[in-house]
Amino acid sequence: MYETNYHRASSVADAVRLKGASEESKYVSGGMTLIPTMKQRLAAPTDLVDLRHVAEMKGITVSGGSVRIGAATTHAEVAQSSDIKAACPALAHLASLIGDPHVRHMGTIGGSIANNDPAADYPSAMLALGATIVTDRREIAADDFFTGLFETALADDEIVVAVTFRPPERAGYCKFPNPASRYAMTGVFVTRGADGVRVGVTGAGADGVFRHAAMEAALAGNFSPQALAGVTTDPSDLLSDIHGSAEYRANLVAVMARRAVAAA
Amino acid sequence: MTKVTMTVNGRQVSGDVEDRTLLVHFIRDRLGLTGTHVGCDTSQCGACVVHMDGKSIKSCSTLAVQAAGSSVTTIEGLAQGGELHPVQAAFKANHGLQCGFCTPGMVMAAVDMINRYGGTLDEKTVRENLEGNICRCTGYHNIVKAILAAASDMSAGRQAAE
Ligand SMILES: Cc1cc2nc3c(=O)[nH]c(=O)nc-3n(C[C@H](O)[C@H](O)[C@H](O)COP(=O)(O)OP(=O)(O)OC[C@H]3O[C@@H](n4cnc5c(N)ncnc54)[C@H](O)[C@@H]3O)c2cc1C
Ligand code: FES
Ligand code: FES
Repeated sequence: MYETNYHRASSVADAVRLKGASEESKYVSGGMTLIPTMKQRLAAPTDLVDLRHVAEMKGITVSGGSVRIGAATTHAEVAQSSDIKAACPALAHLASLIGDPHVRHMGTIGGSIANNDPAADYPSAMLALGATIVTDRREIAADDFFTGLFETALADDEIVVAVTFRPPERAGYCKFPNPASRYAMTGVFVTRGADGVRVGVTGAGADGVFRHAAMEAALAGNFSPQALAGVTTDPSDLLSDIHGSAEYRANLVAVMARRAVAAA
Repeated sequence: MTKVTMTVNGRQVSGDVEDRTLLVHFIRDRLGLTGTHVGCDTSQCGACVVHMDGKSIKSCSTLAVQAAGSSVTTIEGLAQGGELHPVQAAFKANHGLQCGFCTPGMVMAAVDMINRYGGTLDEKTVRENLEGNICRCTGYHNIVKAILAAASDMSAGRQAAE
């Protein structure tokens, strides 16, 4: 790892100030993506601003029919939260499938969505829940947030403070994990709620996480696995790598979507 | 350089470290606690697992400065007064190790999962919770047996104490 300078932020405003003090700085939350990347010398921030101790970014609250998850909330906390299990059990289930227990004790929802790894789990849920990403300066609809592989709408020094969503009537998540890394080879999150049916697909898209319009249309009239029979996914829009071809992933999208609807 | 202070196995320790120092290197090289191992470069093997503020974490993927102010327990902190911790004793009794390289991380992961699940641990849950710990010797079977044995010993002990 290259040299770096560590700073612990005490508030969101403090973090933005610390980050602004140097050009090549980065925020660190759980560090479960960033520290391994720095160890491999694929990232070399001169300064790290630690968000893990910022009180305003922690905790889960449910009020007025809306769920708010602070960005510094760990995967383990989301998986175990009785509020999340009541409001959206599929989201708690998704969090319980991320990596392994030690990764879940450190990794955070804010870090995961800010990183927007094309194989990460949370982005699919954010799209399917129609979540709002609350930053230190604005609110961004999930549909506008994830802009490409490891790309988001965030400005360089913008901090994800929380995510909010309205609990869906029904939701399900099903993931085919890569047998070695546990990241999603394909993961599908489906919801049915006031805004209709939404389907978020991760792990498969050549441009990262995406909504599956054809599946949403098929499920709108009949929210059942059978409704998805015959709905296909164009492999030319999908990832192809050593783990699986685009055609293989197209089939995984169909299978994971059926199972997600059955689980919802 | 930053002066970090933390509690390790109940003892307050401090030292000047470069900010890029990994927690595992602070523990091994500065504190001389070499029970915690490094088995990979990819954050996947779990040989480095310690507890930070009561939760299992990978000390190879955490900076010492991130751990400043926290309370860390390593494999050396489990045995009390010369008596093996029940999980260590169960690994011994059930032959839950061969070369022993993965064992410190396995034991720390096992203590963490027993803390979380108590007596309700079953084989499937144990195997799922070993996702982040790789053993290239045992085939896991005796590790799972040891963890289940320790979980039931410990919950019997708790009931007896009540
Ligand atoms: C062995 C292993 C297995 C894993 N398996 C999975 C898996 O199955 N599924 C999955 O989805 N993920 C997986 N992960 C990744 C894990 O979920 C990470 O925790 C997550 O992707 C990043 O969260 P973090 O808090 O650790 O972020 P960090 O590593 O601290 O940061 C990641 C990036 O986001 C930025 N950032 C962090 N927080 C914020 C914020 N609040 N606002 C703005 N920018 C921010 C940082 O600057 C950095 O660029 C795995 C990781 C490991 C090591
Ligand atoms: S040394 Fe392999 S996970 Fe830490
Ligand atoms: S006993 Fe040798 S790696 Fe597990």
